[in-house]
Amino acid sequence: MELRIFIVKRFLLMILTLFFIATIAFVLFRVMPGNPTAVVISPALDPEAKQALMHQFGLDKPLYVQYWLYISNLVKGDMGVSFRYREPVMEILWPRFINTLVLIGPAALLALIIGLLMGGLSAARRATKFDSITIVGSLTIKALPSFWTSMLALMLFAYILNWVPAAGMRTPGYEPKNFYDQFVNLDFLRHLILPLSIITLHFIAEPLMTMRNSMLETQGEDFIEMARAKGIGERKVIYNHWVRNALLPVVSIVPMMVGHIMGGEVLVETVFSWPGLGREIVNAVSLYDYPLAQASFFLLAVVVVGLNFISDIAYAALDPRIRLE
Amino acid sequence: MVENQNCNDEETRSPGLLGPIRSIGRGIFNQFKIITGSAFGRIGLIGMTVFFIMAIFAPYLAPYLPYKETYHLNGDLAFLEPPSWEHLFGTTLMAQDLLSQIIWGTRRTLVIGLSAAFGAAFIGTNIGLIAGYFGGKVDLFLMRLTDIAYGLPFLPFAMVAVLIFGRGDMVLVLVISSILWRTTSRVIRSQVLTLKERPFISAAKTMGASSSRIIYRHIMPNVIPLSFLYSLIIAGDAVLIEASLSFLGLGNPNTISWGQILFYCFSSQRMRVAWWWGFFPGLCIVLLVLSAFFIGRSYEETINPRLREM
Repeated sequence: MELRIFIVKRFLLMILTLFFIATIAFVLFRVMPGNPTAVVISPALDPEAKQALMHQFGLDKPLYVQYWLYISNLVKGDMGVSFRYREPVMEILWPRFINTLVLIGPAALLALIIGLLMGGLSAARRATKFDSITIVGSLTIKALPSFWTSMLALMLFAYILNWVPAAGMRTPGYEPKNFYDQFVNLDFLRHLILPLSIITLHFIAEPLMTMRNSMLETQGEDFIEMARAKGIGERKVIYNHWVRNALLPVVSIVPMMVGHIMGGEVLVETVFSWPGLGREIVNAVSLYDYPLAQASFFLLAVVVVGLNFISDIAYAALDPRIRLE
Repeated sequence: MVENQNCNDEETRSPGLLGPIRSIGRGIFNQFKIITGSAFGRIGLIGMTVFFIMAIFAPYLAPYLPYKETYHLNGDLAFLEPPSWEHLFGTTLMAQDLLSQIIWGTRRTLVIGLSAAFGAAFIGTNIGLIAGYFGGKVDLFLMRLTDIAYGLPFLPFAMVAVLIFGRGDMVLVLVISSILWRTTSRVIRSQVLTLKERPFISAAKTMGASSSRIIYRHIMPNVIPLSFLYSLIIAGDAVLIEASLSFLGLGNPNTISWGQILFYCFSSQRMRVAWWWGFFPGLCIVLLVLSAFFIGRSYEETINPRLREM
């Protein structure tokens, strides 16, 4: 199969998945006990205003019309009005989304780099003390609840040692001079460092173990023996032949990692009061703000599914065998 | 997997209900030997046993009632007491004994973790069996479904489900198992793909056995041990998810769990004065989940000896 056809196929699959998830959201928010119109209209309004809004949102129409409206609004990026903020949800979520990205983008990248390096080293030094420590270490990291490590880090570094601020993204009262100043300044970095380190720590384990396993799987392969037999240096054998081939399975775990990160993100943002998408969804859920909860859920799904798509393409570009299946 | 195949040949010869049950039993016994054969497995098994004892004998082990206020000798409320001989893990803001709360919390944590794991294993094994055995369009459809389950951001999905269906243990179990079956179904499917090419399956086919009979009487006994072990890893994940949801205040408010203790600790803002309140419940979560993962690891080493550190 040609790469282009593969990409088109995967792209259609991504659209299908998103469509499916949107449908799950539609069904979930309409089968709930009580009044299903509560998704769009706050139950606190008086009956007349409710009636007017019901008509405006088309909630007096049959379900299949509503479903059609829902999907077409979704395509246009219109996901309703938040009960709590009384503003379109997309306008509320967009800045939160950026705040989440500045946290998880660097964290995922760091985790991937550190994980790959340590995993590779661990495999190369198999059966040494370093190796057993990394194995037990990464199993332990996987068993740690991320909200608990966040709480402990908060206790130690913010309360006891007083090195970093305990909550938020900026010192209250701070007004950024321009867009870049929002993220490139010392105050922001001091707030960022703790949640960033926690998320990084939690997501080292997955790429580390995958890299180690995959290095050990490729270890005895003929092409490595071949490279050695050709007499090129051991360093070259390791980096150009062994590591390169071992990297492939790691690409395929990236989407799963992102799914995990999104879950961990919700908890870490809650503990550190980081004004991101994760904390917003927690608030929306605990305050019964249905449109906001629905939209943040869908937005998170878009991120996960989108990265899934990218990693699929990357895998296929790196390993032509995948396209043939 | 070689041992499992032997017992299956025997099973095809002796019909009756006892056959598959015996071979499943032997399969599980074989897994037990695998687990105790590795250091990881032994440590994990010991940890699991300790938590099971805590859960079963909670009323006898807990020194106080979990919700009851405790007092000093002079009659003062003993709130936010640091660990001491009277209160090994200290007390909470409501003057409850933390150790007793943790011991009682073990029950609910284990029950939810294990039922969710059982549910996930049940769904995942069936989907894996059907997809692997029938192949073709059925396989394609079920595997796309698995892909979608992988694509859902899990914690947000669980939160939305709790928002809609309410806070309760049953909801938690259903939500967790409705996602976590994905791992099991992939593993079981690939196992079935190799199993269905074996001679004993074609033998059963020539004898006119129906598809469901082949799947459930001949293939399933061979994959049950594998799905049993995967359900252990799922149990670990389920415990983590239950704790996370409870920590966000989305657990069942009428019972006690480790995540919930941490929720009360965090929302009371007393973490900076009472480290023990936030520390011990989390430690228990880690130890329990780690035990499950260690057992899983011992098994992984056996099927793939290259991973073992020699």
